[in-house]
Amino acid sequence: MDINLMFYLIPSLIMFCCGVYGFITRKNMIAILISLELMLNAVDINFVVFNRFLFPGELEGMFFTLFAIAIAAAETALAIAIIINIFRVTKNIDIRDLNKMKF
Amino acid sequence: MESVGSIIMYWVVAIAIILFSVLTVTTRKILRSATYLLFTLFATAAVYFLMDYQFLGAVQIAVYAGGIVVLVVFSILLTSKPGDKAEKLASKKRALGLLAAFAMLCVSGYALLSRCGFFAKMPEMEEVGMKRIGAELLSSGEGGMLLPFEAISVLLLACIIGGIVVARKR
Repeated sequence: MDINLMFYLIPSLIMFCCGVYGFITRKNMIAILISLELMLNAVDINFVVFNRFLFPGELEGMFFTLFAIAIAAAETALAIAIIINIFRVTKNIDIRDLNKMKF
Repeated sequence: MESVGSIIMYWVVAIAIILFSVLTVTTRKILRSATYLLFTLFATAAVYFLMDYQFLGAVQIAVYAGGIVVLVVFSILLTSKPGDKAEKLASKKRALGLLAAFAMLCVSGYALLSRCGFFAKMPEMEEVGMKRIGAELLSSGEGGMLLPFEAISVLLLACIIGGIVVARKR
């Protein structure tokens, strides 16, 4: 049995679809953030796999994933700062209760 | 033909990715969801190790598993009581989510599987050493990554300042 490109793309596709499902159905803001991380992670796998299988001598896909990880870290830190700020004001991080932009 | 060990390793990693990412979005306790996310990230790091990008796997474990998951767990403990359960989903919302996910799975899966000529075996690759990664990351010549590297460092600085400004007490 040969492990080819498809064998890595299918799990990453399933991971992305799980992220989409969680993003739509979850109510807690942190759970939505976790779903977002899943989606970002699936895309990162795709970059690395395409780089490894189609252009094995190059490093561009790997660098792109490296930068994507850094941006994901920055985005998560900022999102959590916003969530904690919202929690301080409303004592709740359920998205159905957050229908005002200004408190 | 690949060795039996690498094939077994591949299946373990693939099944772990699928299982834990499904559990991440279906479990009703938020702290468990974060734990399953951690396992998914470890499985992703294992994929990077299987692809022979050791540096990337180490970065994945250090930044994602060591940084982001800890941050998420901290904020979960700050914002919810332990033992809190998410309420049962309304069936309408759940149907909408399942529909979106399945539509995406079908369209993308069909697009992937219909390109059978695209199948490629894993080509040989020499080990990517730290020396080469460092040289390419900081070169300003052809294919160099100096500009994005500096842009990311400015972004991280902006993110630190933004995080402090947003989360401080007024």
